[in-house]
Amino acid sequence: MTLHVEAVSKQFLGVLALDRVDLVLRPGRVHALVGENGAGKSTLIKVMTGVHRPDRGRITYRGEVVGFGAPRDAQAVGISTIYQELNLVAAMSVARNLFLGREPLNRLRLIDFAAMHREAQAVLSRYGVAVDVRRPLGEFSTGVQQMVAIARAVSTRARVVIMDEPTSSLEPREVDRLAQVIDLLRADEVAVLFVTHKLDEVFRLGQDVTVLRDGRRVFSGEVADTDRLRLVATMLGRPVDDVSAHGLTSFGDGGGAGPGDDGVAVLRADDLSRRGALSHVSVDVRPGEVVGLAGLLGSGRSETVRALFGAEPVDSGTILVGGEPTGRRWSPARAIAGGVGLVSEDRKVEGIVGDLSVRDNLVLAALPRLARGGFVSRRRCDALVDTFVRRLRIKMTGPDQPVRELSGGNQQKVLLARMLCLNPKVLLLDEPTRGIDVGAKAEIQALIDELAGAGLGVVLISSELEELVEGATRVFVLRDGAVVGSLGGDAISEHRIMTTIAAAAREEAASD
Amino acid sequence: MTETASREGLPTPTRPAAPPGSGLFRRVRNHGVSLAIGVLLLFNLLFTPNFATVGNLRLQLVQVVPIAIVALGMALVVATEGIDLSVGSVMAVAAAIIPLYLGYGPWLAVAVGLVAGAVVGALNGSLVAFCGVQPIIATLGVLVAGRAAALVLADGRLVEIFDPTLQTLGNGSVLGVPVTLVILAVLATLVVVTVRWSVVGRRLVAIGGNRAAARLAGLPVRRTLLTVYVLSGVLAALAGVLNTARLGASDPSFVGLLIELSAITAVVVGGTPLSGGRIRVIGTLLGALLMQLIAATVIQHDLPDSLARMIQAGIIVVAVYVQRDRGGA
Amino acid sequence: MTTVRTGRPPVTGAGLASLARRAGAPLVLALVLVIGAVAFGEGFAGPQNIRNVALDSSYLVLIAVGMTFVVISGGIDLSVGSVFALAGVLAAVGAQWGSLPAVALPLLVCGLIGLLNGVLIGRARIAPFIVTLATLLFARGLAFAASQEGNKVYLIPGDLTLTRIGQARTLGVSTPVLVAVGVFAVALVVLNRTRFGQAVYAIGGSPESAELMGLPVARVRVSVYVLSALLAAVAGILVAAQTSSGLPTIGEGRELEAIAAVVIGGTLLSGGIGTLTGTLAGALLLKVIQNLINQVGTLSSYYQQVVSGVFLLLVVLIQTGLSRRGRVDEEVP
Repeated sequence: MTLHVEAVSKQFLGVLALDRVDLVLRPGRVHALVGENGAGKSTLIKVMTGVHRPDRGRITYRGEVVGFGAPRDAQAVGISTIYQELNLVAAMSVARNLFLGREPLNRLRLIDFAAMHREAQAVLSRYGVAVDVRRPLGEFSTGVQQMVAIARAVSTRARVVIMDEPTSSLEPREVDRLAQVIDLLRADEVAVLFVTHKLDEVFRLGQDVTVLRDGRRVFSGEVADTDRLRLVATMLGRPVDDVSAHGLTSFGDGGGAGPGDDGVAVLRADDLSRRGALSHVSVDVRPGEVVGLAGLLGSGRSETVRALFGAEPVDSGTILVGGEPTGRRWSPARAIAGGVGLVSEDRKVEGIVGDLSVRDNLVLAALPRLARGGFVSRRRCDALVDTFVRRLRIKMTGPDQPVRELSGGNQQKVLLARMLCLNPKVLLLDEPTRGIDVGAKAEIQALIDELAGAGLGVVLISSELEELVEGATRVFVLRDGAVVGSLGGDAISEHRIMTTIAAAAREEAASD
Repeated sequence: MTETASREGLPTPTRPAAPPGSGLFRRVRNHGVSLAIGVLLLFNLLFTPNFATVGNLRLQLVQVVPIAIVALGMALVVATEGIDLSVGSVMAVAAAIIPLYLGYGPWLAVAVGLVAGAVVGALNGSLVAFCGVQPIIATLGVLVAGRAAALVLADGRLVEIFDPTLQTLGNGSVLGVPVTLVILAVLATLVVVTVRWSVVGRRLVAIGGNRAAARLAGLPVRRTLLTVYVLSGVLAALAGVLNTARLGASDPSFVGLLIELSAITAVVVGGTPLSGGRIRVIGTLLGALLMQLIAATVIQHDLPDSLARMIQAGIIVVAVYVQRDRGGA
Repeated sequence: MTTVRTGRPPVTGAGLASLARRAGAPLVLALVLVIGAVAFGEGFAGPQNIRNVALDSSYLVLIAVGMTFVVISGGIDLSVGSVFALAGVLAAVGAQWGSLPAVALPLLVCGLIGLLNGVLIGRARIAPFIVTLATLLFARGLAFAASQEGNKVYLIPGDLTLTRIGQARTLGVSTPVLVAVGVFAVALVVLNRTRFGQAVYAIGGSPESAELMGLPVARVRVSVYVLSALLAAVAGILVAAQTSSGLPTIGEGRELEAIAAVVIGGTLLSGGIGTLTGTLAGALLLKVIQNLINQVGTLSSYYQQVVSGVFLLLVVLIQTGLSRRGRVDEEVP
């Protein structure tokens, strides 16, 4: 074995991101690493390549225990990594990116640009990339950039090549090219770790597969010994046969009051498209309905709700609120004014203002409604905060406590309250129960039920299938930025959702 | 198709993270200014002759007014994760305007000066909010052009001003309290109230704290930024006016020179982090006072002025270093 | 899954933007030179005036070259004006013992200040703006302290080698101009043809990427601040040699002038993009415009600053405007 990760654990701010994970990379074999968002894949890679240090466990490389202090150290011994966020410099030329830090020098120890451009051209042509290597990298498509990153990593004579979702921005033709490159690497006895969330690639490229979930290794074995449905089930943490799904969540039966069939959609999107993200997505939600969006990581669920909220632009398509088309200048401010609320999936980056108090965070969007003559009425502010703190049972030492000190679940409740206190007609919830404790999770699930019961339209994104099955009235299944299926009523089951995802994957593989 | 997978592996803590820093360290950090002021006061009371006289204390306070007023505006800007280097030039512009309009009455002259400050602030704000220019470079351009424009207006000359109204504004007293000090107190109160209770105030802090979140909460980010830079401009102009009134002369070459550095120092030392999202109004005033006390101590002990600069430099670095790890800033 | 972290969003319409960035300053400079020559003839284009402009520009060019390295690496150095003054004072102080101390003392002290900047920024990771703001105050204070609060002006003896070389003219070209040209040439090679230079660009373009690509980020950061301080020191020594004295009051606002020259030359303050030739053109442009305003005679010299400031803002606006074109306007108020 080339690289052996043994019982590695890593904590961030008290949260276990990796829990005694094992992984073995063997020469000449491609090891596929799969898992949902937050499963710990990226953390594992960063621990393996010296970006982070493991808290416990050890890593053996070619028979020796290693402890890399920085990415340089790992690269120096032959572990080359293509990180998920392409780590290149857009403003510099293709050739410079390819050779940065190991440029060919002439006798005067100066960079020999002629040689560098020649070699760059030669290296890239092997990857089917024919571009002017003197142009800035940023001028080319992400596909080209991805190939440059791969070429850079591979051309360092590495013994281990780690690829973190390398195909996410590649065209099918480029994926074929990558497959050829990987074959060459295998022939050279290089060990490859291939992180992906696309099942076809696991079966097409991988020999071994490991599934991570919630920082733990939940499956590891040879690709030949497993099948697609089984992988989907382990990734999502659901037994294949378990479709009973009762009592797992706090949703009531049926999810919400359910609308009449003639209900006008309170929010509706027709044919939303954005290059590289969404293609012809149409979804709608009626009052009193919980509409679920299902799909694996990167399927376009978040992009859909963000477009609905005006937080991300679309190239084409229309959004209607209460039947009225929105103008071209659709923005979060206008969406909120129009009765649409969003709770983003990333609490820390886009949700809370950590240094501000619970009170300030809660009333942030409602300030104008609480103010008279530009000044916020303390009384009305406190009344509002008090109402929602009690209604959502937000646990805190007081409304003046900085929101960053609250637990994840309570932070999430504050963000929900921030939108609820605006009396919205529609609420877009992106993974509202992720990363929070069981109690808060149940409370939020019950709240969603209650809101729908009161006539609110809810769009719910969740990676936990049971939430969708028990909570949603209808479910749209997305894949690669497109709606590939829609389920309603009794047709909503974990099995159906998983088979829809897997079937769509299979169809695509067949059509390639 | 970003499903924010880049943040994978870094889930939000599910239990409250302990506030960073140990007890003593935190206390020094939060009360460092007061502590330093206390030490300096004590030192001066013990070792500086005539320090504790009413006249001297009064002088110290009067002298701190311009920096404090400018620093108030700077604090607002810094809270939005911005910076305003143009304040000194704005003071010069306002000072240069006073003699030009004095013929129409002192109040009009003051008003025109303040409007000029608002206009320059609006220019800064537009560059930052609407054109997307970095605050430091936008206000740097205005810093260079602004003072020169003031010199052009005044033809580079120091103009003496004899006007009873301005005389009272600059040097008069209300019930024994200098007028300028009263003005500072009123302004500081206004800023405190604005920051605590006005819609704009709450918004600007939120924008500095987390711009993405502020945008998703529907806040008018650009309009708020514009407002903040206008406020900073007006406050700087007022400082220029008061300075002119106190000296009885408009001196656009020197008024407010390098005051942006003192103001930024006061803001940072007072506990407002340069990374925004937090504002300490009283701390800012104390920061300004500390700068003044250092200068006064140095002068009254006949120590070299250069020492004051070097101490100031050390204080800036220490203050920023100490705040570096605070609350993710 | 287009999480491409490459420093900044891929620039579309880059052709026009990069053309304006690279050729803008030299083109405007050429234009201004032609206008000046036509309008003022001998008074502007004559050898005496050219010599004056060249000498006046040489100090700015030296400082701006260092600043270019710093800005391309994504930083900023506000301390150069003070370091410039400090070097002059120390050169004059050192001259009491001879030419060698007159050069070595300022280079040593200013190099240490640059090192301090670099360590605080590169290792302790404090914002460059704040660190160099502090050293701005510190170096200025030191300059005053070294000259007894500006009361004592150390004169550099006229018979010293330093003075003779500093005030000499070789083929009609003053020494500071020669030094500036030489430094510029070496800097050109270092920035464009060495691994160090490439690392400077990479760190400014995307520090995270540079780190993950295995570049010695902290070391390069420290180096650029040391370089910047040393070049400012060289400029200060040359001024002292020219004027036979070291004044602690000179160079206030020099840092802003240098930053303006760098930005006008097309270097982005956000780092990663920029050229030394642009900086040279930017510095010359500033000085030529100042000279032209002087030529007009009726215009007060304050217009120099007005023009510089407005010019800087215009350039930045055009840069931002061009690089924003084709990008999604992400926020609608």
